[in-house]
Amino acid sequence: MDIFLQQLVNGLVQGSIYALVALGYTMVYGIMGLINFAHGEVVMIGTLVSITVAGTLIDAGMPVALAGLVGLVTAVLSCMALGWSLERVAYRPLRDAPRLTPLITAIGMSIVLQNLAMIVWGRNYLTFPAFLPKLSFEWAGAYFTLVQVLIVLVSALTMAALLFLVYRTKLGMAMRATAQNPAVASLMGVNINRVIAAAFVIGSALGAVAGVMVGSYYEIAHYQMGFMLGLKAFTAAVLGGIGNLAGAMAGGVLLGIIEALGAGYIGDLTGGFLGSHYQDIFAFVVLIGVLMFKPSGLFGEKTGERA
Amino acid sequence: MTALLEARGVAKHFGGVKALQAVSLTIRRGEVYGLIGPNGAGKTTFFNCMTGLYVPDGGGFVFDGQPLQVNAPEQAAARGIARTFQNIRLFGQMTALENVMVGRHVRTRAGIFGAILQTSATRAEEAAIRQKAIDLLHYVQIEDRADDLAQNLSYGDQRRLEIARALATEPKLLCLDEPAAGMNGTETAELRQLIEGIRQDGTTVLLIEHDVKLVMGLCDRVAVLDYGALVIEDVPAVVQKDQRVIEAYLGA
Amino acid sequence: MKKWLNLKSTAGIVLITVALIALPFVAAMGGQAWVRIVNFAILYVFLALGLNIVVGFAGLLDLGYIAFYAVGAYTWALLASPHFGLHWPIWAILPIGALVACVFGVLLGSPTLKLRGDYLAIVTLGFGEIVRIFLNNLNAPFNITNGPQGITLIDPVMFGDFKFSGTTQIFGLAISGPQKYYFLLVALAILVILINLRLQHSRIGRAWQAIREDEIAAKAVGINTRNVKLLAFAMGASFGGVAGGIFSAMQGFVSPESFSLIESIMVLAMVVLGGMGHIPGVILGAVLLTILPEVLRYGIGPLQMFVFGNVLIDPESLRMLIFGLSLVLVMRYKPTGLWPSPGRRHGVDAVGGAS
Repeated sequence: MDIFLQQLVNGLVQGSIYALVALGYTMVYGIMGLINFAHGEVVMIGTLVSITVAGTLIDAGMPVALAGLVGLVTAVLSCMALGWSLERVAYRPLRDAPRLTPLITAIGMSIVLQNLAMIVWGRNYLTFPAFLPKLSFEWAGAYFTLVQVLIVLVSALTMAALLFLVYRTKLGMAMRATAQNPAVASLMGVNINRVIAAAFVIGSALGAVAGVMVGSYYEIAHYQMGFMLGLKAFTAAVLGGIGNLAGAMAGGVLLGIIEALGAGYIGDLTGGFLGSHYQDIFAFVVLIGVLMFKPSGLFGEKTGERA
Repeated sequence: MTALLEARGVAKHFGGVKALQAVSLTIRRGEVYGLIGPNGAGKTTFFNCMTGLYVPDGGGFVFDGQPLQVNAPEQAAARGIARTFQNIRLFGQMTALENVMVGRHVRTRAGIFGAILQTSATRAEEAAIRQKAIDLLHYVQIEDRADDLAQNLSYGDQRRLEIARALATEPKLLCLDEPAAGMNGTETAELRQLIEGIRQDGTTVLLIEHDVKLVMGLCDRVAVLDYGALVIEDVPAVVQKDQRVIEAYLGA
Repeated sequence: MKKWLNLKSTAGIVLITVALIALPFVAAMGGQAWVRIVNFAILYVFLALGLNIVVGFAGLLDLGYIAFYAVGAYTWALLASPHFGLHWPIWAILPIGALVACVFGVLLGSPTLKLRGDYLAIVTLGFGEIVRIFLNNLNAPFNITNGPQGITLIDPVMFGDFKFSGTTQIFGLAISGPQKYYFLLVALAILVILINLRLQHSRIGRAWQAIREDEIAAKAVGINTRNVKLLAFAMGASFGGVAGGIFSAMQGFVSPESFSLIESIMVLAMVVLGGMGHIPGVILGAVLLTILPEVLRYGIGPLQMFVFGNVLIDPESLRMLIFGLSLVLVMRYKPTGLWPSPGRRHGVDAVGGAS
């Protein structure tokens, strides 16, 4: 059996995670034009919080599945609080600052969060408690586990909830209005501060869900895990067209699949010259390729120059 | 008088909107040519097509006897078309003098190595750029603001600075996009003097303006656009009396 | 130009010269490690000024700048080490390093410079990672970079018989290897500052700044923005290439680890924190961000012993934590950097902009 289907499944799982994280980047960028570099760290903190909480509860004798659920909820709540504080403390004072200023702040916050995590959780890899039975299924020669199925399902549900929020609620309308034109939205009575805070809080919640998924998928976590994940997710957001929700989802899934297929086939394609350790370059090579032909990403609006 | 710029059937659509429908007009050497029309008539679109910011969907321009290949705005400047912007676009964090010096870019040639090695050719060119820029600031009467950042200039001075920067490219055709917008009576009168001076010095001026009084008083000939089409092109006295123009402006 | 040659500034120049000469000997009192730290500070000044051309002057957000540094470093390492058995002289390798980095800059820049600011940022970031991943993996099937182990025994800088490594007796004074590199680096840094100043007040330098301020207006006055941006990229890359070569020679060892994304970010932070586009500010930023983490490295352990009587918190984390916090705080209270160009005010964006 060819590895194609198997890699497609793996890619879809990884891609769902990227998509959830990418949404956090794209929402913040869409509304305030900021690359929130610290978002990957928020995801990492979500993972580590859920490990601590679920691990402690399991040790205390709580049923594994329930402990996992409590861990997930705690992680989501802590990340929401973290996202809110980040915006309030670090970014809000910089609304009118030069463009690169908040970017450096974001980098600074990323360093701060990473090292705080190292102080709290230590330098070593932490094992993620297994809250799910290790079931696996076979279909057409491809194997997939319960965890993988759940990751894809939960991602899909979370994204559906987000779309509902953005397109069917008042807050969502305020967010879309702000993304279009903050000044006008504010004149129409939209509370910009609330909208921006909401973007951070919602993005962080999605990030926490993704963090728990990463943890349960790879079963280990580490204070540095947020960086590469964040980078990939941001790449996915740009690939789809940053600021565009559907773009972030599609970009995330696409990136996951490209990476998985790329890692599976690169050896054959290059006659063994390049091996699967080049997996990480796919994200960037594809990104550069897409942007060369579609400078605003796959689904981004065309932002022509205006005089 | 010979033609400096001829527009031949220039058309531009944005999606389904026909912003320009086969507009043909002729700007003659040495005149001040007014382009007027109600809001959304296509004045700025025409302007952007001519200066290379938009690529026309149909028709084209002949400038100075040669077809105008406007793929990029910088080529328009090199050919001798300079412009100002409706909503002033200066280099805000550079001084007034530096803004005008940037305008000399297209007429000068010093490169990286000249700058690093400070060759005598580079130094001479740099001195000439500076002198020309000072002269131009003097010409538009803001020489006392030379070392101020452009963003700190008053509105009227910013308009003047933008004109000086455009003149620094040694244009054959100077295009002014609503230069009197937001100006009071005195400032408008001063602007009028400045444009008359530019005409006297031999530069052809294309003036896009809302201020009908200014256009009629200043321009040698006037074209009126409405809904992307040319209504009339004639001397002000004729244009003023044209029934279609009156209707376009009164919206009747 | 002659006006500044009055007594006060002459005294200032003399003072700075004396301080610059004395510095490596003063630093050596704390051990040669401190001389090395000072050397790195100067190397980062070099890098930051190179990036300043791209980010500060031309306003192009480059998050992969370290890739050019890496290219320069590996060029030197491959042409002057036992790895390929080549030992080319400095006057050949340094220009080749600059040239190779410059070619990489143009290769990256030509397809990507039409992208808007933040898209360019992520593409350059990706490029930086691609370079690093290749350096990490190009040890098979042909061993070019020796993979994660890196390349060792790289030749030091040599002029004829004069080696920059090891101790030399000059006028009865023992000058250590790092101290010799110090003087080389200071000389190079002065050269780089001079080049930066000259570029800033040149036709091309003004064109860069014009593009940064308003690209559409820059095009309207006839600047070929694509080519001029490419020039900025190529210039910045060449600076990075030269700095990388010196780094390689000074360390005697390179590995992909030295060229991670965090390094790019660090150099960018130096530029922004110091004061984008303002040469003295950028120098300040580079020196501060190199020295601060080192001071913290040496200071935090003893400080904890003093306060708590014990080392409670991992000094390495605490050091980086404080570093991150200081980035955040400086940006909070000095959003245009510690030493911005005079006349620039916070939050001013009155002219040009969106329509």
